[in-house]
Amino acid sequence: MTTEAAISVRRTDRRRRRVLLELGIVLAIALVLILVMPVLLSGFRLNLLGRFLALAIVALGIDLIWGYTGMLSLGHGIFFALGGYAFAMHLKLQIPPDASIQLPEFMSLYGVTELPWFWKPFYDFNFSVAAVILIPALLAAVLGYLVFRNRIRGVYFAILTQAATIIFFNLFNGQQQLINGTNGLTDFKTLFGAPIGAAQTQFVFYCLTVFLLAGAYALCRWLTSGRFGSVLIAIRDDEGRMRSSGYNPTGFKVLVFAVSAGLAGIAGALFTLQTGIISPRAMDIAFSIEMVIWVAVGGRASLVGAVLGTILVNFGKSFLSEQYPQSWLFFLGGLFLLVVMVLPNGLIGALRSQAGPRLWAILGKRQYVTTYPSLETDPDVQHERQNFRN
Amino acid sequence: MNAKILEIENLTVSFDGFKALDNLNFSMDVGELRVVIGPNGAGKTTFLDVITGKVKPTAGRVLFKGRTLRAKTRFGEKALPEHQIARLGIGRKFQTPRVYLNLTPRQNLEISYNRHKNVFSTLLKQAVAAERRTVTGLIETIGLTLKADMPAELLSHGEKQWLEIGMLLAQAPDLLLVDEPVAGLTDEETERTGELLLSLAETYSILVIEHDMDFVRQIARQVTVLHEGRCLCEGTMAQVQSNPQVVEVYLGRELSEESEISLAGGQTALLEVGASPDEP
Repeated sequence: MTTEAAISVRRTDRRRRRVLLELGIVLAIALVLILVMPVLLSGFRLNLLGRFLALAIVALGIDLIWGYTGMLSLGHGIFFALGGYAFAMHLKLQIPPDASIQLPEFMSLYGVTELPWFWKPFYDFNFSVAAVILIPALLAAVLGYLVFRNRIRGVYFAILTQAATIIFFNLFNGQQQLINGTNGLTDFKTLFGAPIGAAQTQFVFYCLTVFLLAGAYALCRWLTSGRFGSVLIAIRDDEGRMRSSGYNPTGFKVLVFAVSAGLAGIAGALFTLQTGIISPRAMDIAFSIEMVIWVAVGGRASLVGAVLGTILVNFGKSFLSEQYPQSWLFFLGGLFLLVVMVLPNGLIGALRSQAGPRLWAILGKRQYVTTYPSLETDPDVQHERQNFRN
Repeated sequence: MNAKILEIENLTVSFDGFKALDNLNFSMDVGELRVVIGPNGAGKTTFLDVITGKVKPTAGRVLFKGRTLRAKTRFGEKALPEHQIARLGIGRKFQTPRVYLNLTPRQNLEISYNRHKNVFSTLLKQAVAAERRTVTGLIETIGLTLKADMPAELLSHGEKQWLEIGMLLAQAPDLLLVDEPVAGLTDEETERTGELLLSLAETYSILVIEHDMDFVRQIARQVTVLHEGRCLCEGTMAQVQSNPQVVEVYLGRELSEESEISLAGGQTALLEVGASPDEP
């Protein structure tokens, strides 16, 4: 009893120390991103990095629903765009009080004289921020409930999400008068009176992105560790078994899908702030597929992998498109093929299974052999190890 | 003390006209250990599927502890979904061990043990110390203490079988449905599994489906023989063995399959062995 209590105390202690360590690492990275990167990178590159960090948030969301829960969503572009539009609408309503027409300028082009009803709540900043998260999350919850309750999964789920993407693309693309159709919302002026395009404002957005990414990471970490995380993996691996253990997978999937969509919404809003435009192109199927690729490259079911994959692939993409404007897409395609064939578990997966042990060996640390523990305790094996060094 | 834990009345399940179960009647007392045997295709697995709600009966009904496995809704009665039947206290071990390979045995047991299986309590309620102790105790019972924290995919087949039995216990059901627990096990493992089931039978009601006649002899008290979706006969092992119908059913199969197992008492009845693990 006392030893058990001691073991349990030691275990919580160790867990607490590990959490603190991880917190420290995340904070350190955040500080480097905020304090060091602006010195190292030009304004243009820093802005790119900020965008990619925003995209990393949606990658975290995809990792949650795909990597951990096993539902391949090819429709996260919808949620990303919805978040972007929600905040862009707020930005478009920052009209100086002395302007002659109190409407976003594109509306008067199309002869709209009165602000459509659904624009009105977006005057309010708090509402807009809430909408960035809640509109995608609610949509995902409703969509997810209908789909998951009917036990649709696997490739059928992927196709459904893709179909939804096309529907939303066409819906947004066609609404010239209401949301400027194909052109999307752009040409933002101010937020809280500060000019959006100014370097300082953009730096604030950059810092905000870093913090929100750290927050999103913490949230995902919390969701995927502990019993809830185990349940998600169990649902991914054998849903039928979960049912006969008394779990109803529907609720879990709906929650994760909604959280994942909410994260995509945040990412969309941050991306919009830093690119200065949101258009239906964010609901391109190709873009949604790209998101999945970032996660695949980094390593599915690894949160660090999702972030890393996003940043690497996107920087690779921008580098290649600058160097080889004609042929960069081939390079990118080749890269993906290479990753899928050589590193099926992504970069982090490969690091864990191969580079990790080698690194320990270089550092001269004792390697933990992942054989059966009974081997480890077997006196014969111990004897052999000690006397013959393998 | 003769309450029934499980009663099945006139149960028929047909798939596109093929009757997997045909007007089956069956009942089991609380605390009983019952073994169901029968040749391949006799409907044994379908039988379990109906009890756990995976397959809906075409006709007839299943009573668990005297209540039907149906719920009243505004639109009339409907069958309870699988997870609710499981929460009522019916646990199932599958034919091929179905443990979560990417989780450790400890995690496997923890999620089975979890008393509040809805989304938010799973997320927000931490496992208390008592719960962790119980899980550790279970790990000891199934002999996986040394392997408690490695991925379950590294376990041997026998260990997976045991882990799944452990998961079943963690769920603390009133009725254990155990589908071929010794398929693919060595003789020694088979015997240990038999001992485990016998010791469990003191606290649980257990329904075992099995092919391995040596094993059946080790654990069986009451045996039910299924054949072509119907209950062929029921009784003690000795009674069943001497039943001419049973002998005929198995003998009939023997002529085509030429596999035999000697039953006790010098009499030789013939059963098919090594049934395929994915019998529908």
